[in-house]
Amino acid sequence: MNPYIANTPEDVRLMLEAVGARAIDDLFVDIQPRQSPRSFDLPAGLSEYEVVRHISALSLKNMVGPVPFMGGGYYDHYVPAACSALISRGEFYTAYTPYQPECAQGTLQALYEFQSCICALTGMEVANASLYEGGTALYEAMMMAVRLTGRKKIVIDGGVSPIYRKILDSYTHSLHIVFVEVPVAHGQADRAALVQALDDQTAALILQNPNFFGTIDDHTDIIEKAHACGALVIESVYPVSLGLLKTPAEMNADIVTGEGQSLGLALNFGGPYLGFMATRKKFIRQLPGRIVGETVDAQGRRCFVNTLQAREQHIRREKATSNICTNVALCATQATIFMSLIGRQGLRQLAQLNLDKAEFLKSRLSALKGVEVKRSAPTFNEFTVRLPRNANDVIEAMMARGFAAGFPLGRYYKGMDDYLLIAVTEKRTRDEMLAYCQALAEVLGV
Amino acid sequence: MKLTFEQSAAGRQGVKLPASDVPVKVVLAAKYVRANAAPLPEMSELDVVRHFTRLSQRNFSVDANFYPLGSCTMKYNPKFTEKLAGLSGFADLHPLLPQLRGGEKYAQGALEVIYECERWLCEITGMKAYTMQPLAGAHGELTGIMLMAAYHKAKGNTNKKFIIVPDSAHGTNPASAAVAGYSIISVPSDKRGVMDLAKLKAVLTPEVAGLMMTCPDTHGVFNPQIDEISRLIHSVDGIMYYDGANLNAILGRARPGDLGFDVVHLNLHKTFATPHGGGGPGSGPVGVTEKLEPFLPISRVVKRADGVLALDYNHADSIGYIASFYGAFGIILRAYAYMLILGREGLKQTADHAVLNANYLLHKLKGHYQVAFDRVCMHECLFSASKQLERGVHAIDIAKFLIDRNIHPPTVYFPLTVKEAIMVEPTETESRETLDEFAAAMIEAAELAQKDPEVFHFLPRTMPISRPDETKAAREVKVNFFA
Repeated sequence: MNPYIANTPEDVRLMLEAVGARAIDDLFVDIQPRQSPRSFDLPAGLSEYEVVRHISALSLKNMVGPVPFMGGGYYDHYVPAACSALISRGEFYTAYTPYQPECAQGTLQALYEFQSCICALTGMEVANASLYEGGTALYEAMMMAVRLTGRKKIVIDGGVSPIYRKILDSYTHSLHIVFVEVPVAHGQADRAALVQALDDQTAALILQNPNFFGTIDDHTDIIEKAHACGALVIESVYPVSLGLLKTPAEMNADIVTGEGQSLGLALNFGGPYLGFMATRKKFIRQLPGRIVGETVDAQGRRCFVNTLQAREQHIRREKATSNICTNVALCATQATIFMSLIGRQGLRQLAQLNLDKAEFLKSRLSALKGVEVKRSAPTFNEFTVRLPRNANDVIEAMMARGFAAGFPLGRYYKGMDDYLLIAVTEKRTRDEMLAYCQALAEVLGV
Repeated sequence: MKLTFEQSAAGRQGVKLPASDVPVKVVLAAKYVRANAAPLPEMSELDVVRHFTRLSQRNFSVDANFYPLGSCTMKYNPKFTEKLAGLSGFADLHPLLPQLRGGEKYAQGALEVIYECERWLCEITGMKAYTMQPLAGAHGELTGIMLMAAYHKAKGNTNKKFIIVPDSAHGTNPASAAVAGYSIISVPSDKRGVMDLAKLKAVLTPEVAGLMMTCPDTHGVFNPQIDEISRLIHSVDGIMYYDGANLNAILGRARPGDLGFDVVHLNLHKTFATPHGGGGPGSGPVGVTEKLEPFLPISRVVKRADGVLALDYNHADSIGYIASFYGAFGIILRAYAYMLILGREGLKQTADHAVLNANYLLHKLKGHYQVAFDRVCMHECLFSASKQLERGVHAIDIAKFLIDRNIHPPTVYFPLTVKEAIMVEPTETESRETLDEFAAAMIEAAELAQKDPEVFHFLPRTMPISRPDETKAAREVKVNFFA
């Protein structure tokens, strides 16, 4: 019995008769006997209840209990119930790419609103309808800069997520792209070293704000220097922080990308997530991925369509701006619902709340002997502390006390084994933070 | 319909945030702060719920409409898999947890889902190993081509420049190969709809790095000579790449690995019934045979001798990171649940009924529409509106006629090899009655094309909008409410 197949034995008989075949096997005549599977050794099917029981049991083998203070670009924000309820609607959930605009105005308008929200956040002129995730979005932005400038050198700030930097590395291995990585100085972009690295061969300077260590910056000065060399500037951003922080447009960045998980998506063990990309209008023909545009129908009514498709693989094939086909429309819709719920004032409040709570924990931790809070630059909702011993040892001991204490920077940075990256969202309460400090004091014996 | 921004009223807010419980109010230096608040819409929760509910009602979807979009496999998406993906143990699991020292112990359930899914896919496709990381089919293609490049580099095959694709291939195939730095050779199909073997032989040189093929191909035909093609490509140390877009047709009937393919990408949103979501998120796992395994992306999920699952980054020949984490986990989980419920027999049945349904439609419609290839088809059947074109009616006009019948149109104008192509993929989840209704509508359209072809230009009539002006959209680019 298969609950997802409607054909009964009688249907099968009637259909085979219509087709003129004796058995379903006859329809597979093109597969030669020698091409049959050498093995197809799989278990028998289960009932829905049995699968639910099995997978629910697996879910309990994951540790989601400890109070989370871990970020690294992926944050434990609250997801309003309306977000999940609305995207569960079959009309969004089980539709596909809007190839036929007359019967896909729901998806198309939602994506147009998404693009507009991303422009509102970043201050940029145009945005696409989403990319897979923040890391691959940054790769697409880099390739866009290479196409626009005809240059092949990339200067990248050491504050850009090390995970993203590893992705860029793999993709450009065979494309003869030269990477110059400039370590941060006192938590922020190292102006002098970056200027030295920039030259007339540089396609792009890649920056991140807030950077991986949590510090915020105003990149206006360094962006001006990059432009003087004819390089483009790509800024990777954390959308919730843009409730308060200076926009990449105000800093005069050319291409903006980011991870949209914080806009109403669950952590989901790494995906599906939401990459986004925005840029200047004059660069739109080099923007990868789907773009939804406004137009009118035959009666002059406003409507929305996939536009500028001449950039895309299904038209241009090997000459396309990117190989991307599917984006993450459902995640983009979810983020649009979130941004519509939170609104103009709400996003500012949310950002302020994150900032204030993180600052509270920072000040409390400063009071702990042996914990050195890095204070050279301002931070948003995440910050770096130096511990008197290996961060992994501390994390393990904190886990036993019910806290996911943070992310050990030594995982991606040499010589930083004692450093811990701590994130605080609006969900963390004063009591949880005080208990965190208490537990850390116990662990450190101070 | 109004945009959210047009419904906005200053002071409304749809989420109540917790009050601050800390005695801190940070004022950042002015140079770090944006001049004006981000102009997001300001709406109450009901405003937002009603807006997006109404938007959803302007979509066709599998849940509400027959959706025979060829090559996209719009099968039914079981409801229980969505519920499972929402379980807190998965939804709230931070992806960096297993990267802590010894941190794999915090994510054993999630790692088991990935590990088991890889094992199922290995057996289904005859591959040695999988990576679940690629985030869509095209992402899987790019990963597969990077694996191919790494293989040739490791073997010192410095002369490899070309990748062969059939003319019937998806656009992503040549685009992915080009992004990875290869040049493309396109090989035409023969009269049966499969790759022309003589023409393939004519372009085969030692400079060929590999061949990318969908099997059955986008003509809905299984190439009986596929193993001969594999032999030819392997004779120049080329790599056989399987585009898994159509794996759903041959589940349990043939396996890419047994047919000579070395690398496979699958689309979990096609064969394994995960939601298409209006255009993603997808998931494009990549499988390989032994000779490509050393190059797979990191991390890899491994089972240690003590039975504990762990992330393994220690692969010197790996192509590296291709995504931030371990794949579109929520999608992988849904596909895993789908495989568990169907099992061996159920998976094979999906292919059997997908092929039966497609052949049934082929026979019902072939007297009314030109058939692209008059032979038994696999999971999709391909027509041309060439007869209707004689009366001035195009494939797109037939598509718009169907919209008025509450049927999502088939894929039109693809593959590019067939003039006025209409590609119908009914999938196994549709009933005979639904297929009969679709066939009746298609036949009615064919008859109307003979009687009154003019009327098509004004279709559809029943939707919230009529045909959009796509030229205007491209010329007067407006993609942002604010600019």
